[in-house]
Order: sequence, then structure tokens, then C-alpha cells
Amino acid sequence: MEFLYASEILLNGLMAGVMYALVALGFVLIYKASGVFNYAQGVMALFAAMTLVGIMEGRVPFAHLINAAFGVHVSSFGWTVPGLLAILLTALVMVGLAIVIEKLVLKHLVGQEPIILFMATIGLAWFLEGLGDVMWGADVKMLDVGLPQGISETVETATNNWLGYGFFIDRLDIWATVIAAALVAALVGFSQYTKQGRAMRAVADDHQAALSVGISLRFIWIMVWSIAGFVALVAGIMWGTKSGVQFSLSLIALKALPVLMLGGFTSIPGAIVGGLIIGMGEKLFEYFIGPMVGGATENWFAYVLALIFLVFRPQGLFGERIIERV
Amino acid sequence: MFYREAGDFKTSYRDDGQTFPIRLDRWGYYAVLAVAFLVVPFVIDSYWANAVLVPFLIYAIAAIGLNILTGYAGQVSLGTGGFMAVGAYAVYKLMTAFPGVPIVIHIVLAGAITAVVGMLFGLPSLRIKGFYLAVATLAAQFFLVWLFNKVPWFYNYSASGQINAPERTILGWAVTGPATSASAKYLVCLVFAVVLAWVARNLTRGSVGRKWMAIRDMDIAAEIIGVNPLTAKLSAFAVSSFFVGIAGALLFAVYLGAAEASEAFGINKSFLILFMVIIGGLGSIFGSFAGAAFLVLLPVLLKNVLVAQFGWPTDLAAHIELMIVGALIVFFLIVEPHGLARLWALTKEKLRLWPFPH
Repeated sequence: MEFLYASEILLNGLMAGVMYALVALGFVLIYKASGVFNYAQGVMALFAAMTLVGIMEGRVPFAHLINAAFGVHVSSFGWTVPGLLAILLTALVMVGLAIVIEKLVLKHLVGQEPIILFMATIGLAWFLEGLGDVMWGADVKMLDVGLPQGISETVETATNNWLGYGFFIDRLDIWATVIAAALVAALVGFSQYTKQGRAMRAVADDHQAALSVGISLRFIWIMVWSIAGFVALVAGIMWGTKSGVQFSLSLIALKALPVLMLGGFTSIPGAIVGGLIIGMGEKLFEYFIGPMVGGATENWFAYVLALIFLVFRPQGLFGERIIERV
Repeated sequence: MFYREAGDFKTSYRDDGQTFPIRLDRWGYYAVLAVAFLVVPFVIDSYWANAVLVPFLIYAIAAIGLNILTGYAGQVSLGTGGFMAVGAYAVYKLMTAFPGVPIVIHIVLAGAITAVVGMLFGLPSLRIKGFYLAVATLAAQFFLVWLFNKVPWFYNYSASGQINAPERTILGWAVTGPATSASAKYLVCLVFAVVLAWVARNLTRGSVGRKWMAIRDMDIAAEIIGVNPLTAKLSAFAVSSFFVGIAGALLFAVYLGAAEASEAFGINKSFLILFMVIIGGLGSIFGSFAGAAFLVLLPVLLKNVLVAQFGWPTDLAAHIELMIVGALIVFFLIVEPHGLARLWALTKEKLRLWPFPH
């Protein structure tokens, strides 16, 4: 029974890990293609989810600001937009965002040191967070695009008949796993079998060589940031449905960083495996060790695990070996 | 016309290598110190102390600390908030355990304790570099804050989980606790800020600072020319954490009076200090002051303009502040990666040639 309970926790940890992996995926994409460590990925997920809710509920963007500046009382257009259309519109917004980021930020920072770019994305994260709040308000929003939620009875009855103990698994988590798998398959297919995907891999390999064979660096960057925006949107939908769209979303997304360090910055499978390890590890640690030290170990377990792991293997599980020369 | 080296004859190497080689700069520096010590304490009121000057001085100390680590030694840290929490809780434990010892000693000791903790978390920096290290320092941030929330010994088993600074005095003047006057708060922070800035300036231009900068510019090359990366990196972590710990101790004991780890020393504090360093200028002591002043004044200014002038709600002003700070960070990194300090230096360079620039 103890064992079954532990394995239930393990399974739930795996599902949570998929969620982390979803955010981590966006990081890896941008890092591979542009060498930018995009700290703002988590806030992009938050921003995407906010925009999605805003569009679905027909909220007026910047309503708060307009009300304050002109002394009027607008809040809503009075219509609601169906989920799928809203997702499409939000995806368009994310593409627009990618173009703006490329034009205003990345273009001017070409050739800067990676750490400068990293700090620029921290600034970007703050800006986006403020923009999201000003545009759509800072209240906790409920997001429901029609994904099934709640305990999955099928799994519960099946395991009950089989093992005599019903596993509690959220249907949303199962869906998230399926969607994440589909997303990864689509991304791998895109980068392996399409022209743009090949160009993207070329840019990732060597910027100058890619430029010299006529690949537009700026187009590829816009494309990659758009894809990362879309991945952020998917992650935002999942997390938002699970726990409401609110500021803490960007903190959860911060956990994608240790996931990445564990898996290696340059590897898509690494992001997935790292996500699963972290998700699993923190749930098990909380279950076995947590009660002894007062609980809430999930806050730091991922970071400390990544820290200890990095001391022994600085490039992560699947990362490329770091070679340094003078 | 007056801002020149000309006519100011140096007769020793010591004079030649001083921090302010130009006479007007030197006078300006003494004038600022004189005003800060002799005029401001008598005219300060509690609004100015609490809203502007005291936080400015405390954050300036923290920014100098982070600047030593990030600007001089090139190790990006996102754990500043956690280290400030170490300083705050250390000073709290010391204050309550040894009430007879003067508070200044407690604050310095709190800095020393933070230095040890900082070195401990700095150990991975020998293996991990760049933003890998930045993320690894997040471990310090989250772990330390969690520790102070979960282990009741740190907050003396108080029911609220908060720590409250008991009243302590220096020469009969209350400097912590509710009875503290605005000028006492200000003077304590000012003394610490001035002394620490002086220490930082002299450390960074000596051999220790040169080693840090060599490590920052390229650690392998530095190792080859004989800089020991172990001692250089760990000393950077130790000195930086010492400063940050003192800032945390002052923030809790003198400024806030009561604190709760996750609220007062959360991840946002780490970013705030990092932004001060970026906006002020990486690798500059003056920049740390400028960045701290900028980011302390900006919210006050925005609040006065947007909330008091236009009558906008405070939460909207807070969100707009986020946007402005974020945009400024990006702007500074694009236009002037060396921050306000570089702009100041350029102005002085122009002034030196004015009015005949050719």
C-alpha cells in the first residue's frame, strides 16, 4: 500500500514534470537558435495566458489605464470569443510580440556577451509583466478553454480493479502529457523535415556560416521567438487551467531553469528528461523528507538538485561538452 | 575652465594615484560628505528618511556588494535577497542573544556570517560559469528564504514568524526600535555606507580587485598568468556577501524594524539590486550609488506624479513602474552597457576639455 501510494506520487510528479518541460522547451528553442538565454520565457507564458483570457472574455485592453486617464468606465466589449479562435488570436499576438522584440531589442544586441543578453531578457520579463498587468489587470483570472479537468475515473477504476488501489490522476495532466508529446513531435518534425527548420538548425550551428549561405538571421530569429511564444501559450494554457492565471505562474515557470540545467541547454530531449526528473524528484522528496523538515521543500528542491548536479557535470545530462580556450 | 588637472602639481606617486585626481572633484567629494554629515541630519524629516535617504543608503551598500561580485569579478548572482536575509536574521539572533554588546559589532558580525554563507554558495562557481551560475545562485535565494521561514529557531519561536528589532542604542541614541529618530537612522546608515564604499573603492583598485577583474575578463587566461581562481572567486563571494549581509542587517534592524523572510527578502529584492547595478554601471562604486538612487527615487517620483498629480490608482502606477524599469534595463544595456557611471564619466571628460574641445 505504501509502495502504491509512493508510485501514485511518482506518477503525479511525472505529470508535473511534463508541465515544467513545456516551459523548458521554449527556453531550449531560443537558446539553440540565437544563443540567448531567454529569462522572459516564463513571463511570456503568463502574458500569453492573460491575453488569452482577455480575448476570450472580451475585455478591453488597457481598460484600467484608459479609465484612469480619461475618467471613463470601460471594462468589456460585451462579447465572448470561443476558445479556439481566441487561441489563434493570441498566437498572432505572440508573433507580433516576437517581431517587436526582434526589432527593438535583439537587433541592437547582436554580438554582445551572452550575459548581457541574459540580463536584457530579465528587463524584458519585467516589462512584459508590467504590460500584462496594465493591459488586462492584475486580478487572478480563471481560464477554461474546454480542457477536461478533475479526477480521471477511468484510470481510477482500472487501477482499482487491477491493483486494488485507485490512482488519483487529474485528467488535465493526462491531456497535458498528450499535448506536450504532440508538440515535441511537431517541433522535431518541423526542424528535421522543413526548409525553415533546416535553416533554423543551420543558424543554431553557426551564425556566420548560415548568413554566408543566404539564410536571413533576422527572419529565423523572429520565427524562433514566435515558436517559443506559441510554446509559451501552450504552457500558459496548461498552467492557467490548473491554477488560475496569476503572477505566481511566472514563478512556477522559473522552475524550468533548473530543469534546463539538469537536461542541458541545447537538448530538446534533455528538457523533457530534466522536467520529468525534477517533477518526480520534488514530489518524492516532499513526500519522504518533507515532513521531517517542515514541508514546502518544493520551493527549493529543484534548484539545489540542479546545483549539486552541475558541480559534477557542468554541461547537464545531454548538453554539449563545454570546451574552453584562451 | 576650472575643471582641469593643469596647475595641480603632483609630487608623489601617492598623490598621482589618488581616487580623485582633479582638484574640483576632490572638493566636490568633501563638500558632499560635509553636507551629508553636517547639514542633512539636522534638516531631515521622517518622510525623507523613510522614503528616500535611508533606503537609498542601504540599497547602495547592497549594490556595491553585488557590483563587487558581478561587476568586478564577473559572477552573476540572483541570490542577493537570500544573502540579505542571512544578514537580517544573523543580526536579529545576535541582538537577542547578546543584548549587552553594541549593535555596531552585531551588524559587522552579521556581515561576517553572511560572508561565510556566501563563500559556501560560491563554491560551485569554481565549476559553473555564466548564467549556469546565475541560475545556481537561485538555489541560495529559495533555500535560504525557505530555511528562515521553516526553522523556528531563527525567529525565536515567535508566533507570527516575524522578526522584530528590539531597541538598541549607540551613545545613548536609539538606532533601532520604534523610538528611533529619522536623523539617527540616517546617520547610522550613512556611516556604514561611507566606510564600506571607501573599503570597496580601495579593495577594487588594489591587487585583490585586479585579480577579480582578470577573472571577470577571462578566467582561464587569468589562471595562466598566475591568478588563483579559487581564492579570487571565493574572496569575491566573501566580500560581496559581507556587504550584502550588512545591507540586509541595516534594512531589517534600522529601516524596517520588523521583517518576514519571503516578503522582505524575496526574489524581487535580488532583481532590484541587480537592476541597480546594471543601471548604475557594472564595475563602478559611484555607479552603485547612482543606480540605487535612481531605483529608489523612480517609484517615489512616479507615485507623486501619477497618483498624487493625476489621481491614478496606486496599483496601476506600480505596474507602469514595472514596465518603465524593464524598458530602462533593456535601454541601458543597448545604449550604454556601462550605465549611469559611464555617462557621468563622459560628462566629466567633456567638461575637462570645455570650452575648447579641439
